[in-house]
Amino acid sequence: MKRSIWQVPRARLAAFSVFARNFLVWRKLLGPAIVLNFGEPVIYLLGLGIGLGALVGDIGGLPYLVFLASGIVASSAMISVSFEGMYSVYTRMVPQKTFDAIMATPLDIDDIILGETVWAAFKGLLSAVSILIVAALLGAVPGGWMALWALPVVFLLGLAFAGPAIIMTAIADNYDFFNYYFVLVVTPMFMLSGVFFPIETLPEWMQTAVLVLPLTHAIELIRPLIVGEPVEQLFVHLAVLAGFAVVAYYLAVALVRRRLWD
Amino acid sequence: MTPVDPSISPAPSTHAVISARHLCKRFGELRAVDDVSFDIPAGRCFGFLGPNGAGKTTTLKMLMGLADFDAGELSVLGKALPDQARAIRARVGLVPQGDNLDPDFTVRENLFMYARFFGLARQRVAERVDWLLEFANLTHKADARVDQLSGGMQRRLTIVRALVNDPEIVILDEPTSGLDPQVRHVIWGRLAELRERGVTLVLTSHYMEEAERLCDELVVMDHGRILDQGTPAALIRRHVESDVVEIRGPVSDEVVETLSTMALRVERHGTAVYAYTREPAPILDFLGQPDGLTVIHRRAGLEDVFLHLTGRELRE
Repeated sequence: MKRSIWQVPRARLAAFSVFARNFLVWRKLLGPAIVLNFGEPVIYLLGLGIGLGALVGDIGGLPYLVFLASGIVASSAMISVSFEGMYSVYTRMVPQKTFDAIMATPLDIDDIILGETVWAAFKGLLSAVSILIVAALLGAVPGGWMALWALPVVFLLGLAFAGPAIIMTAIADNYDFFNYYFVLVVTPMFMLSGVFFPIETLPEWMQTAVLVLPLTHAIELIRPLIVGEPVEQLFVHLAVLAGFAVVAYYLAVALVRRRLWD
Repeated sequence: MTPVDPSISPAPSTHAVISARHLCKRFGELRAVDDVSFDIPAGRCFGFLGPNGAGKTTTLKMLMGLADFDAGELSVLGKALPDQARAIRARVGLVPQGDNLDPDFTVRENLFMYARFFGLARQRVAERVDWLLEFANLTHKADARVDQLSGGMQRRLTIVRALVNDPEIVILDEPTSGLDPQVRHVIWGRLAELRERGVTLVLTSHYMEEAERLCDELVVMDHGRILDQGTPAALIRRHVESDVVEIRGPVSDEVVETLSTMALRVERHGTAVYAYTREPAPILDFLGQPDGLTVIHRRAGLEDVFLHLTGRELRE
């Protein structure tokens, strides 16, 4: 009679309706979303890429703007997914009680969290696409059309980051709790995973340490794809991201069940 | 469970759409639902009455597969819970205690979106959505955002949202709590209409008037247990005398003493004295029209049954 929160999630195609709900709401608020998606990367790429790039010169054999743009594609997807998985999912789960409403339909938490995970990854993808467009206009995408191969990787990166964010949401008492995750998880990855400088410049022990971070692996894939170079250890990086995605989805489902089941 | 009356154990019913046997649920030490059994016949309105914390909402959540139970058996529409919860929810509608409408959508969009969660495509439910808007008197607000609606409108929308899948059973947790009398009467009318269409209604309520009007049968719960079960009239007959004489104001002890010899039961609560009797005339003659006191004579109702069974102390 008792359900276990640890039972293996059995999500169904019906999860798509949760994605559809979020998509329809997003479409209504398209204006501010586009300002955020395009405005931020333009400022970053112009400010850092061109301003700082003039001082830095080439880095790892690449103009700094090119190096930075390929890193920002990944990091901004991470940040966008994390915001969605925390602030937005929390809003729907707690104050708005949207999850309660959905749970009175045939959908289960398994479906809701799958829908939210894919939706968050989609938001990350949108953010990456807008940066890629800005970067291409600035001439920072030497890989040309091959750079589009970065997008499936960005989506996988999104899935890998959505789960941890929803886990935080499942255990959060309020919005302030998310500060811990941003300060302790997102910001260190943003600084250390190779967005702004190559990880080879880190002390050796730190180079090893950053290998546990999913963003490091995402950048190892995305940067060569955008630059037009061969990807090394493709399957290792994909496996790390896929592993994060699967394990975090499972934990997210279990912890949301613990919170919402009576 | 220690039944106060052997007739409490429900007789097995062949046409019950919901059947519960010995349901138990604990939250830590608290027995939220304690050996509860009942049968709900098809097409009737069945009510759960009880003070806060009696276990009503938890019982309703079990019917939807939204709350676990530690022991017992529960089936809805012939399907066993919790295994077939998804299939059951496809054929049941839930009106939760607090509205959880989607603030990002208009009234009409709320209904279409909810239909989609049931796997019902827009084209398939378009006509039904129009009808539901009319049923809720919300056609003129179809394109308004939810936060532009009054509390009563939001409640009506929540109720019709629960009908979007054309359910055989509708479960309502305090459907009219916090609403003004006009809205409440409109909602009662709509619920009666639904029942006439053959929909089984299951509701909880704090309002005795609501229960008396709507429910064909009800259970009174407290501390997770069913105290008694029956039609409103049967419960009144079984537990309280036919008439109540209520005296408000500073009633002297001598008067109370005399009343005790005349009435079957006399209770003093706060600043009022209640005399329960089958023959009110002599009591009214005795009291006459005393200065400083208000004498009210009325038929006993569900509220008297409720207070008799669950006591008068505050539940907080």
